[in-house]
Amino acid sequence: MAEIGLQDVHKSFKDVEVLRELNLTIKDKEFFTFVGPSGCGKSTILNLLAGLEAVTSGAVFFNGENVNALPPGDRDVAMVFQSYALYPHMRVYDNLAFPLKVKKEAPEEIRGKVHGVAAVLGLEPLLKRFPRELSGGQRQRVALGRALIRRPRVFLMDEPLSNLDARLRVEMRAELKELHQRFPATTVYVTHDQEEAMALSDRIAVLNRGRVEQCGPPEEIYGQPATLFVAEFVGSPPMNVIDGSLLPHLPVSPSVLGLQDEGNLVVGIRPADVDVLSQEETGTLSAQVLLIEPTGNNTWVDGLWRGMKLKGRAVPGDPLTPGRPGFFRILPDRWHFFHKTSGRRVG
Amino acid sequence: MSRSQSHERTTHFLFLAPAFLILGSVLLYPGISVLWLSLHRRLLIFDISRFVGLDNFAYLMQDARFWNAFGNTLYFTTVSVSAELLLGLGVAVLLHRAFRAKGLMRTVLLIPWAVPTVVSAKMWEWLYNPDFGLLNYLLGLRINWLGAPALALHAAILMDVWKTTPFVALLLMAGLQTIPGELYQAARIDGASPWMVFRTITLPLLKPVILVVLIFRTLDAFRVFDAVYVLTGGGPANTTETLSIYAYKVLFQTLQFGYGSAIAVTVFLFVGLTSLLYVRQLRGVTT
Amino acid sequence: MKRFGFFAGLLLLTLFCLGPLVWQLITAFKPTAELTTLPPLLPSRPTLNHFAAIFAGHPFLRIIANSFVVAVACTVLSLAVGSLAAFALARLPIKRKGLILALVLCGSMFPPIATVSPLYMIIRTLAVRDTLLALILTYTSFALPLTIWVLTHFFRSIPRELYAAARIDGCTAFQSFRMVMLPLAVPGLVATAILVFIYSWNEFLFALTFTATAASRTIPVGIALFPGLHEVPWGEIAAASVVVTLPLLGLVFIFQRRIIEGLTAGAVKG
Repeated sequence: MAEIGLQDVHKSFKDVEVLRELNLTIKDKEFFTFVGPSGCGKSTILNLLAGLEAVTSGAVFFNGENVNALPPGDRDVAMVFQSYALYPHMRVYDNLAFPLKVKKEAPEEIRGKVHGVAAVLGLEPLLKRFPRELSGGQRQRVALGRALIRRPRVFLMDEPLSNLDARLRVEMRAELKELHQRFPATTVYVTHDQEEAMALSDRIAVLNRGRVEQCGPPEEIYGQPATLFVAEFVGSPPMNVIDGSLLPHLPVSPSVLGLQDEGNLVVGIRPADVDVLSQEETGTLSAQVLLIEPTGNNTWVDGLWRGMKLKGRAVPGDPLTPGRPGFFRILPDRWHFFHKTSGRRVG
Repeated sequence: MSRSQSHERTTHFLFLAPAFLILGSVLLYPGISVLWLSLHRRLLIFDISRFVGLDNFAYLMQDARFWNAFGNTLYFTTVSVSAELLLGLGVAVLLHRAFRAKGLMRTVLLIPWAVPTVVSAKMWEWLYNPDFGLLNYLLGLRINWLGAPALALHAAILMDVWKTTPFVALLLMAGLQTIPGELYQAARIDGASPWMVFRTITLPLLKPVILVVLIFRTLDAFRVFDAVYVLTGGGPANTTETLSIYAYKVLFQTLQFGYGSAIAVTVFLFVGLTSLLYVRQLRGVTT
Repeated sequence: MKRFGFFAGLLLLTLFCLGPLVWQLITAFKPTAELTTLPPLLPSRPTLNHFAAIFAGHPFLRIIANSFVVAVACTVLSLAVGSLAAFALARLPIKRKGLILALVLCGSMFPPIATVSPLYMIIRTLAVRDTLLALILTYTSFALPLTIWVLTHFFRSIPRELYAAARIDGCTAFQSFRMVMLPLAVPGLVATAILVFIYSWNEFLFALTFTATAASRTIPVGIALFPGLHEVPWGEIAAASVVVTLPLLGLVFIFQRRIIEGLTAGAVKG
């Protein structure tokens, strides 16, 4: 098992800097996720950890040992790819056995381990098949099995669920979490899906343009986003962002919170922290209802308030009609304030 | 256990090393030393080897037989490549549709390409035979195809067209397949006539492939040796003597290695310049 | 009517491609006396005399064996050396790959006539004239650029992740080449092998220059210099042509799709 350290890691391709000033410690047995939009450099981190690419400067440590010079095969890591990367010319059995064969383990030992992993993942009936004869979900399991069988120091997962359909993705997500609980091992996970990141991880690092915006447990990322970018990226539907110039019209005063310089603030409020009523109450914002989207457990309401769109949640049993007024009641203490120019959280 | 990544870099080079070794010693080294040889007066039988600078090339400029060979080669290249391209384009367009025997037709097209050049030369020599040849019999003529100075080079061109048109057609067919079918449908819905579709969609989108085919064929035709050498030996009266044949005769029949190399170098230069020109064009098309 | 035109076109094309060959086939079975009379077009009584003659009178079997050895050796050598280089150019982090590949492509434009004189002198110096080795090495160097070019395209079409997965699973660069990349490139290897085989089976200029006797003479030279006492033995030449062309036709029939894939790999996909 291993603790991973990234120290001042920079990575550029030609003139393009894809990662900068990366300083992180991923704890032993931790499920750690890098999340961010495409092109933020998250997959590059995995390639650096795996040794598929070399850092431009800085260092990667496994258990305090600098592994910069170690080729992938000597790092004792396993990787699950978005495309699964199963060897198409080998049967499932040989795909699972491959890493052990390369290490020249004894055939009986390999057989035992393959059947062991196949039992855990329910792959036993499929061992004689070729990858092309498997469904997406089955391929995903084989890819997981090929990683598990080695009992590596570190698991690297590059968007492993992205190629599955929505239902299977949620199922596999739960299964991954269960597997990690059963066989705890340092896992570095990469996804663009913030919900997946929240559901799976012990800690999350939100990446933007090659930089870590915030690193912490899911609750912290959601509850106290460190930057406006994190606030807008995490959470669904995304946070309402209100310009500081509208502060006088809001039922909250930042000066009460000890904040000055109101003109340079941005205010954020999550749709889940906004109730939309059909009758006016004190402290509600009066808006025109534009759109009502029922999603089952929640019904989201878009309203037009002072020229901007606000999203909130309908209160069950309180009927709203598009085109009619709706009254947005913002739960107290759920305000987020950000510095407009730097994007940093204040207060 | 720990192999460093700089060690990896040397192993990476090892993958290329055997290829570099062979290409370097059997292709690149001779390619350079032919330049060196061309600056010498070298007669193999008398062990004469003397540096003469550009004398060989100066002589080349006044050598009527060289200019004759140069003209023959240029004529052969221009006529055969244009004919092959036009016919090949026609065949490709004809076959670019779904029909049951398409696979078989592809095989048929591959056959002339696969037949050894020497075999096809002998075959055509027999077809062209003035007394017992099939061609004269079918045409009801008595023409000495390979013996008449005005005809022989054209006979060689016809043989080359037979051997290479199908190959050109195959490449162009593959190129046609890369053009999305929706484009044709869209153009037809827009009311374009078949000829307009060909001119405004097929031809521009096929241009990169056409250029690649032109490069391959031009360079091949300009180097032509075996087909013509076996068919006519360069005759009659040197009317089919190409640069490669002339160089070969000077090298291995009169054993003048310096002068022969100088002729070979001109082929080399022409091929180099032509490919440079085409690559320029190609870059213009693809970017 | 349109359909009729299309089939007429197919027929014409087939006749154009196969006609000359069919005539050669007919000639091979014609009795010598009927070679010099037209009509009849078809032999009145087909004979195997010409075939018997080429195997009896001349070292024809030896020549075929030479060609076979040269073509097979050149194919194996080109594929072994070329696949290593192509894999490296397709997947390994090597600097100036584009330049290397461009230079390799330049190699395939080398006119044989330009290297024949220096090679002849090298071969004379090394005393390997009239040996198969001289031909094998020369052919390999001329086949390598094409081999590397075509195989690089094939290796590039294998998903990048498979190489990464093999490396992470513990393979060295060479192991991942041997255990993962090479098995997946088999279609490309087959296509390239056939192209190289046909090239070396058919090559004439070097074979003519570097061989002197039946010890190393290959088929194209054998046929070009077919011995005739007083007149050209058209029947025997036709028979020999048929014999040496048949294996190629076999390859074309079996591997039509692969050959076209190989021919177009570099040309059409850019």
